[in-house]
Amino acid sequence: MTLIKTKIGRRAFIKNTSLASGGLVLGFNIFNACKPEKAEEMATVEMPKEWFEINAYLKIGDNGLVTIYTPNPEFGQNIRTSMPMLIAEELDVDWKNVIVAQAPYHPEKYGFQFTGGSQGIRRRWEPLRMAGATAREMLREAAAQSWQVALEEITAKGGLLQHEASKQSAGYGEMASIASQLPIPEEVKLKEVKDFTIIGESRKNVDAKGIVTGQSMFGSDYQKEGMLIAMIEHPPAFGMTLESVDGTAAKAMPGIKDVVRIKSFKDGFEKGGFDTNAFPELVAIVGNSTWEVMQAKKQLKVEWKPITAYTETINGFRGKETINIPAGFESTDWHMAKIEELAAKEGKLVRKDGNPEAAFKKATKIIERSYSAPYLAHNSMEPLNAFAHVVGNKVKIAAPIQIPSLIVPTIAASLGIPAENIEMEIPRMGGGFGRKAYAHYVVEAALISQKVQAPVKLIYTREDDMTNGIYRPTYHATYRAALDENNNLTALHVKAGGIPESPLFADRFPAGAIANYMAEEWAVDSNITIGAFRAPRSNFMAGAEQAFLDELAETMGKDPIEFRLELLKQAKEDPVGERNDYDAERYAGVLELLREKAVWGTKKANVHRGVSAYFCHNSYAAHVLDMTMENGTPVVQNVCCAIDCGIVVNPDAAKNMAEGAIIDGIGNALYGELTFKDGVPQKKNFDQYQMIRMADAPKGIDVHFVQNEIAPTGMGEPPFPPIFGALANALYNATGKRHYEQPFAVERRIVG
Amino acid sequence: MATFKLNINGETKEVDVDPNTPMLWVLRDHLNLVGTKYGCGIAQCGSCAIHLGGIAVRACVLTVSAVGNQEITTIEGLSENADHPVQKAWLEVDVPQCGYCQPGQIMTAAALLDNNPNPSDSEIEMAMNGNICRCGTYTRIKKAVQLAAESTNS
Ligand code: FES
Ligand code: FES
Repeated sequence: MTLIKTKIGRRAFIKNTSLASGGLVLGFNIFNACKPEKAEEMATVEMPKEWFEINAYLKIGDNGLVTIYTPNPEFGQNIRTSMPMLIAEELDVDWKNVIVAQAPYHPEKYGFQFTGGSQGIRRRWEPLRMAGATAREMLREAAAQSWQVALEEITAKGGLLQHEASKQSAGYGEMASIASQLPIPEEVKLKEVKDFTIIGESRKNVDAKGIVTGQSMFGSDYQKEGMLIAMIEHPPAFGMTLESVDGTAAKAMPGIKDVVRIKSFKDGFEKGGFDTNAFPELVAIVGNSTWEVMQAKKQLKVEWKPITAYTETINGFRGKETINIPAGFESTDWHMAKIEELAAKEGKLVRKDGNPEAAFKKATKIIERSYSAPYLAHNSMEPLNAFAHVVGNKVKIAAPIQIPSLIVPTIAASLGIPAENIEMEIPRMGGGFGRKAYAHYVVEAALISQKVQAPVKLIYTREDDMTNGIYRPTYHATYRAALDENNNLTALHVKAGGIPESPLFADRFPAGAIANYMAEEWAVDSNITIGAFRAPRSNFMAGAEQAFLDELAETMGKDPIEFRLELLKQAKEDPVGERNDYDAERYAGVLELLREKAVWGTKKANVHRGVSAYFCHNSYAAHVLDMTMENGTPVVQNVCCAIDCGIVVNPDAAKNMAEGAIIDGIGNALYGELTFKDGVPQKKNFDQYQMIRMADAPKGIDVHFVQNEIAPTGMGEPPFPPIFGALANALYNATGKRHYEQPFAVERRIVG
Repeated sequence: MATFKLNINGETKEVDVDPNTPMLWVLRDHLNLVGTKYGCGIAQCGSCAIHLGGIAVRACVLTVSAVGNQEITTIEGLSENADHPVQKAWLEVDVPQCGYCQPGQIMTAAALLDNNPNPSDSEIEMAMNGNICRCGTYTRIKKAVQLAAESTNS
């Protein structure tokens, strides 16, 4: 057992007990808060008469039922199942006696409630297990006191406390009342990996039943007595802002209550890293129902005006940064010209090992290839929305949002209400992918509610959502390799850039494996806003790098997996440089597992294979993609995927995520693209923006995990970036043509 | 505004709305049946699929005045207790990620199996191709449709 000091004090646990006070659990969960009678029906286990709060994360009913409060927002990773599994494991309770409830936003009790960057399970791994283990210790202590026996002689397993010598036993429920009065132990013992009975065993999604029966659980499902519906009108183009609005005609439409102007930031407000917002000044229209508001919105007469260039300081995760926002209306043609111009110039040198210039001078052969990718819209199936109710100086929010804590200071400043007066529920998100980390829509809903003095649900139309900004940036990378007369790789040079940020990771593989290496970057300022999109920057770099390595291996006459393994051997045994951010052994391990599972080296008639691997978010993922050509169209028959993300908490759920990442990646590589004309996004809805559909998805996917006892690392993002490379490499093998520019499929095949 | 008597999930519901209101918003805003989802509003994504007289239709482009006395089934009315074969298969395969598209996927799949109890893989693909899943659960959806078909045929 591992002995761990508890960092959580009793005070923090008992502070706000209102949440845990008796009866049915409220909030967004399978026992739908709006319809308690339905909840009773759906409960497969009888509810206890009384609940006892043991700590902020759990309460135990007198009948042994356990309610676990899961702290992080959910948008499809199934953390509402896997996080409670961590607690239940250490509490040592039968999983079927666990009810999961969503914790509200409460940083004192639940720490950083952040879902993103594939950090959820990684950061919660120890704290949540400790929450379970401390509760188990308190139950044991309660039993020891009740039975007047030594604590060490009490066992706790599967919800049962036992004292063998005296043949006494009790369910957790019987001891819960006493346990809830005891102090939190100073130290707890966490289980050894080999003793896990819940972690590592697939458990079904606790919300699945609610989902397949259409229960209210998403932000946009929120309903409240007297609630009005709001929509916003933002400028039609980047580089524009609000001049004036005439809402007379709109207000005269049926069901319309008001047309208001809102300003999302107070003057002088220092923005955080997630306050990105191209359109802080907006028009909002408020009415009784969605349809009425949608119709009236068309009657708004709004004048827009061009913005003037400005500079702003952002205080984000990376400290204070100054960014320049130029004026003007950008078009994709201009972006491409800029990219061409910057890619041809010397970039900013970020890393240099050995003497790459000399190696290139001496080279017998130089391969140089360039790769590019367009802007992408996140297109979560649930468009942005937020419920807000401002009453005096109190605020209630219920919104799908990935990082609740980071928007609170903005809401507080914009409303002029203290942060501690803001209460937030955390409903399920219908997708996020990074987009719902930028919660300007929550600020907007709160400002609208304050103005119209009513509870308001702000709904973005799909068009509003797709044209609002915060896109995956457009990127470019050029790779150059020097080969000597024996076809040995002697130098590698990467130069990457984008609008408005560079995607470069200078310290990632193959850095560290090549004696002469150099990495440069560049960026172009833009007024089109960008933001995190599943595996930011990696989602482009992996595809470029892995396609280049494939071409390099081919030129060198090497098997592509063997070639990578040779480089990794070099990086492991004699690494170049000290900043390499990956573990060469784990990287090689995932490739070796993949080679075995995909039965690499066997040839099947008419099946064309592409391989790719990548490290990001502390994990390693690799794919072999099998493609056939059917009437000239590439069809993905199978993707074999290997992942090393340490201990896998809920294997089937992790597989689901990997399958999603693979399909998402294939879709974006083939079709994903947003273009601009004079600042106007050229795609506004799914009739124009092509999304992957079932017919284009792989016919099969098999996912394999490296078995180890390393604490969990990232899972939601790592399998995403490398699929771009696997697809490109298979496409080459299938068509004989290398694909350098995304999206790979240019012809549109839209099905409605 | 006009009053409409609607037959939804076996019950008669009365609403007073603009005749052009799409059923999607009648269900969500006026009847608090929020299982039917808004994804695009232009019949492109399938999130709003419901059954009208047993056929899968897009509620975002079906006006309330076009319904008449035809029977409407929404995800909430597909079964009493999540025990429609398609729902059972969905639970068995553990299909959902974010879950937002899933009611529409399930309604489309249920209508498919009503019409064609034993669809081939390509028939499943064709029938389900109008339903976008941004999370990429397509391989599981297909598996669940196959499982539902097997379970009803055996
Ligand atoms: S919302 Fe009806 S098809 Fe998309
Ligand atoms: S499960 Fe998220 S969109 Fe389908």
